[in-house]
Amino acid sequence: MALTALTIQFLQMLLVLALAPLLTGFVRMVKARLLRRKGPPLLQPYQDLLRLLGKHAVVAENASWLFRVAPYLIFGATWVAAALVPTFASGLIFSWSADLIGIIGLLATARFFLALAGMDVGTSFGGIGSSREMMIATLAEPAMLMIVFTLALIAGSTQLSVIAQVFAMDGVGLRVSLGLALVALILIALAENARIPVDNPATHLELTMVHEAMVLEYSGRHLAMIDLAAMLKLLLYVSLIGCVFVPWGIASPTSGPLGYILGLLLYPLKLVIGGVLLALFETSIAKMRVFRVPQFLGIALMLGFLGTLLLFVSRSF
Amino acid sequence: MNVAYHAGFIAGSFILLAAISVPLTRFRNGSSVLYALAAVVSGLAMLSSMAALSRGVSLQAVLPFGLPGTGMRLELDALSAVFSIIVNLAAILASIYAVGYGRFDPAPRRVLPFYCLFLLGMNLVLIADDAFTFLLSWEFMSLSSWALVVSRHEEKENRDAGFLYLVMASFGTLALLFGFGILAGESGSYAFDLIRERQLTPFAASIAFLLVLIGTGSKAGLVPLHVWLPPAHAAAPSHVSALMSGVMTKVAVYGFIRVAFDLLGSPAWWWGTLVLVLGGVTALLGALFALMQDDLKKLLAYSSVENIGIVFVGLGLALAFEANGMNAAAAIAATAAIFHAFNHSLFKSLLFFGAGAVQHATGTRDLGQLGALIQKMPATAVAFLIGSVAISSLPPLNGFVSEWLTLQAILLSPELKDWGLKFAIPATGALLALSAALAGAVFVKAFGVGFLGRARSHAAIEAHETDRFSLAAMGAAAMLCVLAGIVPGLFVDGFAPAVALMTGAPMPDQSRLPWFTLVPMDVNRGSYNGLLLLLFILFTAYGAVIVIHQFVSNAIRRAPPWDCGYPDSRPQTQYTASSFAQPIRRVYGTLLLRARDFVTMPPPGHVRAATFRVEMRDLIWEKLYLPVSGSVLYAAEKLHPLQFQTIRRYLSLVFGLLVFLLTVLAIWL
Repeated sequence: MALTALTIQFLQMLLVLALAPLLTGFVRMVKARLLRRKGPPLLQPYQDLLRLLGKHAVVAENASWLFRVAPYLIFGATWVAAALVPTFASGLIFSWSADLIGIIGLLATARFFLALAGMDVGTSFGGIGSSREMMIATLAEPAMLMIVFTLALIAGSTQLSVIAQVFAMDGVGLRVSLGLALVALILIALAENARIPVDNPATHLELTMVHEAMVLEYSGRHLAMIDLAAMLKLLLYVSLIGCVFVPWGIASPTSGPLGYILGLLLYPLKLVIGGVLLALFETSIAKMRVFRVPQFLGIALMLGFLGTLLLFVSRSF
Repeated sequence: MNVAYHAGFIAGSFILLAAISVPLTRFRNGSSVLYALAAVVSGLAMLSSMAALSRGVSLQAVLPFGLPGTGMRLELDALSAVFSIIVNLAAILASIYAVGYGRFDPAPRRVLPFYCLFLLGMNLVLIADDAFTFLLSWEFMSLSSWALVVSRHEEKENRDAGFLYLVMASFGTLALLFGFGILAGESGSYAFDLIRERQLTPFAASIAFLLVLIGTGSKAGLVPLHVWLPPAHAAAPSHVSALMSGVMTKVAVYGFIRVAFDLLGSPAWWWGTLVLVLGGVTALLGALFALMQDDLKKLLAYSSVENIGIVFVGLGLALAFEANGMNAAAAIAATAAIFHAFNHSLFKSLLFFGAGAVQHATGTRDLGQLGALIQKMPATAVAFLIGSVAISSLPPLNGFVSEWLTLQAILLSPELKDWGLKFAIPATGALLALSAALAGAVFVKAFGVGFLGRARSHAAIEAHETDRFSLAAMGAAAMLCVLAGIVPGLFVDGFAPAVALMTGAPMPDQSRLPWFTLVPMDVNRGSYNGLLLLLFILFTAYGAVIVIHQFVSNAIRRAPPWDCGYPDSRPQTQYTASSFAQPIRRVYGTLLLRARDFVTMPPPGHVRAATFRVEMRDLIWEKLYLPVSGSVLYAAEKLHPLQFQTIRRYLSLVFGLLVFLLTVLAIWL
């Protein structure tokens, strides 16, 4: 029994790692098609990562050990966080080691080190990226926590597995607060993953860039680790929205082998739908100025806050 | 063991140390010897408190001095013991740090005696069992720390900080004095036992509560009574700053807990709301002000204000739960508050030690002069980094655990019935999250500007690693931060007797849970395991390193920074502390700090330099303190003529006042 549980947990860890570049590649492909471009092939991100891994790491002369350690820490923290989000199965053997607040905390740890790494070489681009990233974080993190409050108050738990099970089985129904939380979560997911309209994952040498400015000095295997962490983070957010708002088909420990197979089949489908929606959204909106981002995320914060407040007023909202 | 021995040993040793400290400074390494002895005394005091806590008995004693009839009453119960452990643990660390750091002190005779007396004062506050002893020790603590603040009195900035501290400390003690006066009532029974038995009217209890909140809040640094704290904490020598910021604020928290939870009996419904909102506002403003500082020690001091806010949010929640009879939830909130107080004493001490090492190595604490210290001070940098991660409440270190517990307590609060709380608690939750995120930005700035990047001054290039003792103290504090993060259950169990004393019920026993998991209520409601998270992160990160280095490539090529093709060798082109804060200043500061940027650009063709200036206003200072100080000055000006009178005039004034008071009394009765 314990062995099966361990296997499933291990499978989940490998699954998120294996699928993360695919999701990014898929979003890029759909975006390209929507723009009537051919675009890179679906598996391009894997090739990029392999190529980067094989290259020499070019490190600035004055870079400290932190610069070289940070990519691995960021990758580790993000991978652990992504592995704790139920994808095809809930109630995994290690799911109790961190709840949703813990997952957000892990992402915050990754961000902390990424921002430090951006400041390590002492270039102006690194500083601009780090300071803007932290500014975005000061809005996105409280907004995310408000969403956690909303979900936790409905489900009576901050444990993501329990939330998914409650939402799938008990039929919490359509709720105002959940609607607010969904919109807020999408806004945050866009900001956290450096997507348009907050940031552009495909630009360089533009004064509005945030994430790319921080990682500008990275190359080779270090850059591969950071890119992989960013892909994992995108997968994490899509999985998170999936497991909370479309929790159907996620296997629970009681559902038997057939349930797991169903979960494994449905999960890629959810990713595909999430990827298409993301690509559609990104191609239909323009990048905004960096000081418009507070207003954008302020909406998310207010929506999350409103959802929580409604639940404090009455549990039935 | 009798608590009189505990008190007698601490008092005797510290007074003895204070007495021998001045002659001892004549010898080489005299101050080091003294600090080592202080560490030993603190260590024994901590062991004695631990023994009392583990035996679960409350020790009492009445000594034949103090107030006539009451005597000097001492008690070491679970609450005192827990705070005594917090205080003395940090005191050990600070003393070990000072064994090395104190040698560089330019005027050790101004520091050493008061250092010992300061430690004594804090210890006595914790074991006082009557109002007179409490206030006496409290004032002892305040005055000795004031002497430490002005120990470098040559600089005007430090003298001003000392004056402001003295005024605010007196004001706080005055509020406490009246508060205890109300608690004692007409009978004047100052012993805490008798105060507990008295049933105050709700109105009197509320007034006493407010006065004690003002008195202890001004010492702890609650907004708007925090103004003295950053300049005073920054002015003191660094090991004293660590004690003032890390520990003295906790003594204030202890004073609040003692009165609000223990002496006053059952709380009124609005007490919790008030404390909660004050805590939330304090946390936000503290973090925001911290982000705007360029002075490393002031930044740390403002961050203490933020952390005190988090502690008070926990205490406010506990009061609110208790007023509604939800003791299990109150226990979680109270545990979160005490745990955060403990955590803060660790990482704030650690960070102040680091700031002291930086100041000694470079001669400055202005972030604008630092940079690249990770190369010159590698061990200090590691310790400072661990402290930064911990204080930014990031998993898997200890700051996250107490923050997480506070959030878990917030999630239990929809069951509360008061409408005020239904709005106040989610708002406080948002403030808490905002301040945590801002704290992250604060410490990215502190570490990123101070330790990373390129050196901004000659002093930073010439910096050197600090001494062994300082490093040992920092290393121990960093290890404790990690330990409290990965095995939080042990610490929660340790605080349980104190929490039981506060709220009537402790949190469930955590020691039987596998892998040191923390489960506040029910494993299906939420659980956290820092140990597993740390292991997972280390395994995955290290696994990635092994796999990549083994099978792909481990070659490194050093090259000049790329910087998108525009590298500039001048370190001035880096982001500074102020420019790092600019985006956040623009988002939050325009409203809360009235921050404005002034840029003057010379017209094209002129060779004049462009200027940039940031203007920020402290609205609390302007709207609250300046009017008060202005009216005091005005009144003093008006009363000035009374000062130079003949003796006849004085006598007639006294006579007139006497007649007036007698008339009032006659009408009153």
